[in-house]
Amino acid sequence: MATIVQAAGLTKQVLSGDSPLTILHDVSFAVEAGDSLAIVGASGSGKSTLLGLLAGLDVPTGGSVSLNGKDIFALDEDGRARLRGELAGFVFQSFQLLPALNALENVMLPLELAGLRDARQRAEESLRQVGLSARAHHLPKHLSGGEQQRVALARAFVSQPKILFADEPTGNLDAATGAQVIELMLELNRARGTTLILVTHDDKLAARCKRQLRLAAGQVVQ
Amino acid sequence: MNLLWLSLNLLRRDWRAGEWRVLLLALVLAVGSLATVGLFADRVRQALQQQAQSLIGADLRITSTRPFAPVYRQQALARGLQVVQSRTFPSMVSHGERVLLSELQAVERGYPLRGKIEIDDGTLHVARAIPSTGTVWVDERLLRRLDTQVGDEVGIGSQRFKVAARIVKDIDQSIGFASFAPRVLMNEQDLPTTGLLQEGSRLSYRLMIAGEAKQVAALKVALQEQLSGNEKLEDVRDARPEIRTALERAESFLGLAALTAAILAGAAMVLAARRFVLRHLDGCAVMRCLGAQQGQVLWLFLNQFILLGLFAVLFGSLLGYGTQALLVESIASMRDANLPQPGVLPLLQASVSGFALLLGFAFLPLLQLRKVSPLRVLRRELGAPEASGWLVYGVATGVLAGLFLWHAGSLKLGLAVLGGLLAGLVLFGWLAWLLLHGLARNGYLLHTQWRHAFNNLARHGRSAAVQVVALSLGGMALLVLTLVRGDLLQGWQSKLPPETPNRFVVNIQPDQVGAIADFFRRQALPVPEMQPMVRGRLVEIGGRAISGDDYPDPRARGLVEREFNLSYMAQMPSWNQLVSGNWWAEGSKGELSVEEGIAKTLGIKLGDLLTYDVAGSRFTAKVTSLRKVEWDSMKVNFFVITTPELLEDFPASYLSSFYLPPEKVQAGDVLSREFPNLLLIDTGAVIAQVRGIMDQIAQTVSAVFLFTLLSGLAVLYAALLATQDERSHEAAILRTLGADSGYLRRLHLSEFAVLGGLSGLFAAGGAVLLGWVLARFVLEIPATFDPLIWLVGVSGGMTIVTLSGWLATRKLIRRPPLRILAAD
Repeated sequence: MATIVQAAGLTKQVLSGDSPLTILHDVSFAVEAGDSLAIVGASGSGKSTLLGLLAGLDVPTGGSVSLNGKDIFALDEDGRARLRGELAGFVFQSFQLLPALNALENVMLPLELAGLRDARQRAEESLRQVGLSARAHHLPKHLSGGEQQRVALARAFVSQPKILFADEPTGNLDAATGAQVIELMLELNRARGTTLILVTHDDKLAARCKRQLRLAAGQVVQ
Repeated sequence: MNLLWLSLNLLRRDWRAGEWRVLLLALVLAVGSLATVGLFADRVRQALQQQAQSLIGADLRITSTRPFAPVYRQQALARGLQVVQSRTFPSMVSHGERVLLSELQAVERGYPLRGKIEIDDGTLHVARAIPSTGTVWVDERLLRRLDTQVGDEVGIGSQRFKVAARIVKDIDQSIGFASFAPRVLMNEQDLPTTGLLQEGSRLSYRLMIAGEAKQVAALKVALQEQLSGNEKLEDVRDARPEIRTALERAESFLGLAALTAAILAGAAMVLAARRFVLRHLDGCAVMRCLGAQQGQVLWLFLNQFILLGLFAVLFGSLLGYGTQALLVESIASMRDANLPQPGVLPLLQASVSGFALLLGFAFLPLLQLRKVSPLRVLRRELGAPEASGWLVYGVATGVLAGLFLWHAGSLKLGLAVLGGLLAGLVLFGWLAWLLLHGLARNGYLLHTQWRHAFNNLARHGRSAAVQVVALSLGGMALLVLTLVRGDLLQGWQSKLPPETPNRFVVNIQPDQVGAIADFFRRQALPVPEMQPMVRGRLVEIGGRAISGDDYPDPRARGLVEREFNLSYMAQMPSWNQLVSGNWWAEGSKGELSVEEGIAKTLGIKLGDLLTYDVAGSRFTAKVTSLRKVEWDSMKVNFFVITTPELLEDFPASYLSSFYLPPEKVQAGDVLSREFPNLLLIDTGAVIAQVRGIMDQIAQTVSAVFLFTLLSGLAVLYAALLATQDERSHEAAILRTLGADSGYLRRLHLSEFAVLGGLSGLFAAGGAVLLGWVLARFVLEIPATFDPLIWLVGVSGGMTIVTLSGWLATRKLIRRPPLRILAAD
């Protein structure tokens, strides 16, 4: 299988007061297409920072990331955005649905941004797959947390991404709802052959991924 | 799908969710208030102009002592303008035994072109034509002095005419002394039959022109080149200096009112736009995650802004149009004034300004969104990027500066207000930050609730400072308007105080001075000052002979080519004001005092030697002072005054002005009978007319002021609404932590009171300074200082901000906290 995500020597430092603080130190790994990887570790271990770098949402102090063979930090901000649009889907801990848009419109958004004409049909189909057809016209604030995260899943999968980045997708949900969302996400992942990169501190969830990457104090420990 | 379509969809969705509500409200109010003030001011300006034009009966008037070359009339007609001519001359009018020197004016059909003549021919009405042949219209003074009435016959020249009507309200009076004689209006066709048109008749020709403003202005420029020395071209501004200054000041005030509306609109937009940008940071980050490029995101917003702008401009314009119409309808004197319809320019100005406000204050800050890290979706705590904030606001301010100058209609006014605003922006911001932090740090001295309020405001240092700055600037603009309005009204009232002289008396012979003083004492009237007058012509300046050809300016040419009135006296008239140099000491010789305006026109400086020709003999004297003269004071004034020894030996006549109270009107008639050689001129009608126009201007200024004040309140309310989000979130957290609604209410009210009080304090300080600058340098009126302004500023600021803040936030307190936190 081909390598779809390749991180080499990733380092991130930020200034804390006057002295530099290292958040990630020399992280290297590769993920094959269709694989699933869980990034685990304690709070503050650098999990979310790593995910942000892998998705090109932030720039590293050193090292490189290739997605689908492209060195993303050789691209400018717009180039990375375009690549995200083509390759990646996202699920966030805090859902990040646009509050002014209803469920259907939130799912349509990535397709509309890509200029697709059949955005509505595809979004409706995607919502149906997460079981929310009936709630298509509800605004996020009228949906429960689990429902909001399912809308986020529908939005993540609607553009048929090759890679799905998920940041603590169950962090804001109770155990039972979280479990449902996880089942749904893994099932969609399997059905579409998407590569999954997941940040979590839930060991049970991590265990369901094919590989685990454990971070401590910004370094890979396992 | 193209971006425009997507923009439209996003706009529709955001709209439905109420995201645009506050921004739109602020924008519609901004455009609405600009349009209202602009449209209203435009109508009033037109009406005042028209009314002022009725003073000369036309837009433009040429007067001459000789018939006009036909080419003037042809040029005016070629430009599509209306033209009528009249001939005026002094003549005796008789009735029975009595005869009276009157001013006859023979007019053509179509007269007057501007304004209306009111006549009483049994019923009181506006004249729709000119007197028919064989009849005349005369004024009240003639009826009284000749002891005649409407329907009687009077003799003019060799003919008899029927008095068909009494002139109640007259127009088209010139400023010359002769024109203050009783008036007789007759048909031009009757003039040849009177036999009065003979060689040597003192005819004055008037060509009156009216029509489209642009054509009139162009004609004026063209005619100025062609006129000969004895032809005088005037529009109303030349004809009546007191109306000119009043009009100019009123226009400045209207400009200031429009500016105030713009400032208030800007203040509301800054706050509303800030809220909008903060609310859309997350959305932008999410879109970037979903693959949108920076340019794409910006385009999406730009399109939305333009669509929104179009809507706001349309709606705001309609609102403005409706409001000004209502305003006019609701003020009786305005409704009766029959204001002309407004032009399109104010709407255009309001629309362009609306877009500039929207793009300058809302879209430019969105450019910062380019810097929003998409990482914000993972880390909410990454706030709005602020680095380029000042630069962006700098650009926005630049755009607005341009708009300001446009609205002000005068560079001087625009620059003064803009300078005041920029200084206020920096100073108020800095002071607000300093005070809020200082008070918070020393808060232990305060009561708990106030301490919390200060702490809360200090925690939102930047945001609170922005609010204080916006509110202070808005308040400052309103207070300046208040101050300037007061100064203007006071200035106008003092211009023509109740006992303004309403009679001029000329041709007093030197040996009559004592007898006339006695006459006044007998009538129990104060004895007026009588000034000697000698006619002379200026022939040399600094030893160099001058002629009319030296001066391209027709007014200057006229002044050089004809004789004008000189006087001599030991003391400067109390109503004149020394501008430079010194008034001469008792016994000084060979000195002149020149009025500053004529000195400028003729290029005369302090220290120049001037040579005058008086009745064939010449004298030379040195200019030792320049005076400022209130020409509109209705008192006797002279361009040039000399030390007594220079003119004492020339034959002089005396002239004077005095106030004749209405109950003593007949004393004037007695004076004329006892001293038949005197020419007594009644200026009462002119004063009444001028005062009427001044009153109207004053009422207008008050009405515009009131409206600006109201729109200011509405706009400030919208501005406060804009900070609701932050408060709403905080209120929810505080309630979760156990604060009851009473505590929250007190906390909010204290915060608003602090914000309002500080803003009011700054606004008052700024207004005092800016008001002084405007009065002193722009409007050129004496500035008054009213310490009450501080009280009004602080208490007004507290009350208004607290009240509108309470209105805007009272619902927050009642909303369940969970709903607010969940929505966040």
